[in-house]
Amino acid sequence: MRWKLNFIFLRSFPLFTPRVQENVFIRIFRFYYDGFRSMTVGRRLWLIILIKLFVFFILLRLFFFPDFLKSRFDTDKERGEYVLEQLTQ
Amino acid sequence: MIDSIDLSLVNWSRGQFALTAYYHWLFVPLTLGLSLILAFMETMYVRTGDEKWKNITKFWMTLFGINFAIGVATGIIMEFEFGTNWSNYSWFVGDIFGAPLAIEGIMAFFLESTFLAVMFFGWNKISRKWHLASTWLVAIGANLSALWILVANAWMQHPVGMHFNPETARNEMLNFWEVLFSPVAVMKWLHTTASGFVLAAVFVTGISAWFLLKKRENLLARRSIMVAATFGILSSLFLIWSGDQSTRQIVHVQPMKFAAIEGLYHGQEGAGLVAIGVMSQTADDPENENIKDFAVRVEIPNFLSYMAYGKFDAFVPGVIDLINGNPERNIISSAEKMEKGKYAREILKEMKDARAADDFVTYEARKAMLMDPEFQENYFRYFGYGFIDDPGRLIPNVPISFYSFHIMVGLGFWFLAFFILALLMAWRDTLARRRGFLRLAIWTIPLAYLASMAGWTVAEMGRQPWVIQDLLPTFAAVSQIDAGMVQVTFWLFAVIFTTLAIAEVRIMTRQIKLGPKEGRK
Repeated sequence: MRWKLNFIFLRSFPLFTPRVQENVFIRIFRFYYDGFRSMTVGRRLWLIILIKLFVFFILLRLFFFPDFLKSRFDTDKERGEYVLEQLTQ
Repeated sequence: MIDSIDLSLVNWSRGQFALTAYYHWLFVPLTLGLSLILAFMETMYVRTGDEKWKNITKFWMTLFGINFAIGVATGIIMEFEFGTNWSNYSWFVGDIFGAPLAIEGIMAFFLESTFLAVMFFGWNKISRKWHLASTWLVAIGANLSALWILVANAWMQHPVGMHFNPETARNEMLNFWEVLFSPVAVMKWLHTTASGFVLAAVFVTGISAWFLLKKRENLLARRSIMVAATFGILSSLFLIWSGDQSTRQIVHVQPMKFAAIEGLYHGQEGAGLVAIGVMSQTADDPENENIKDFAVRVEIPNFLSYMAYGKFDAFVPGVIDLINGNPERNIISSAEKMEKGKYAREILKEMKDARAADDFVTYEARKAMLMDPEFQENYFRYFGYGFIDDPGRLIPNVPISFYSFHIMVGLGFWFLAFFILALLMAWRDTLARRRGFLRLAIWTIPLAYLASMAGWTVAEMGRQPWVIQDLLPTFAAVSQIDAGMVQVTFWLFAVIFTTLAIAEVRIMTRQIKLGPKEGRK
């Protein structure tokens, strides 16, 4: 009985409606794929997002924003000692 | 080291953080408010089955998507800056920041990104009700994400629920719920999200006014104004209430900020509220350029006392009382706080030196002293004052704090009046004829952003010199890095974020000019 209820629940999402026995991952993929394909203004936005993420996470993070304490000290103990020194001098 | 801090490094680091935060905040409030407006509009569609509501929702959803796409991840830059420019601070705050930010990341990722895709791609693929649920979940997810960031910010304004571990030099969370449900955090979240609602309502009303001016999309514009103005009135009332509550909290937890934003130098009973004021260009106190008296002011007698304490004759401390102290009012002087702070720092130094010298007896004694609740209450709570050598440095920039606060409050009342007028005109169907008002509605959009930015200026400039109230001054929080490097990244960010802002405006204006998809030729 429970599986029937679950089935009825899932049927309300065409995404989860078994059309030709596709597995759920393929259906999710198709949902996104169709969504992206039907986008108009969204394609340009995705380009902006990808460029932005590349600039933020690759260029800025790697070359301009190293973690100050992690890049200088190997352990938390050393980091704590350094900050303690900074706070008490 | 702290004594020899390079002030240009501190200023460039602050400037960079402010630049990043302001640009990030260009995108956030519209996401917070517009997501809810979309949810209301789609609810109308589902309830009435009227396809026109669906078209209206889809039009605003496109603008929401543009804002979301361009704004997404702009906040992550601030986390980079914490690790690079503010390493002393990042270490000192310990896990207090880590927990809320991690929850925010998970919540933002799962709620927003999952349901955002369903919201955009799910039209005609899932049932109306499930689509509506996705839209509501995007709105709820966006606003709950903001909660965690604001909890972290509120902790900096009013640190609670933690204790300082002298061994690791970090603050450790003792009570997560005390941090989460700190009254300052709750009110900050309510006030900030409400400001986003108001901004989004102004945005929708302004764009709809443009359509009416151009004699286009009449139905979309009228319906949108009805929804936005109603939402705007409710949000504005809530904004004014939460702002009032926040200000009452500031009196207790950040009295210097309160004195600065109200321009109150000398404490008094029955203090008047300066409704409008222009500060003198000449410094009132030659030793402190942050103190400037009023050249012109319009004051409401006794009202500041009432606003702060609910009594017309209550005493409200001014900047000078907080610096010099006022024994009659049990206000201790900044000199006394500085002494206590220096003592706390000295004990911490003795503990550190004893550990380095393997003097375990002294080490354990000093550590026990630092962990003692009584010591924490009487001395360590003033730890940050131990870095201050001149009491004048404890005064924030009064003119900036005062003007930002008054711009924010003044515009807040204007928005309420604006929404009432817009709703009345929409109700009577006279909006299209009121071309002056329609132009004013368009110009109110930048004013909403100005008010929002002014609010953050009040919150962050008004609490200087503290990065963590009373515990860590801003200048002691910076990393010892090259100021030149911070300058380079400052300009780099200025270019990147300006490009993003231009892209946002251009793509959005193009989309607005095109109008809803269904009406295009």
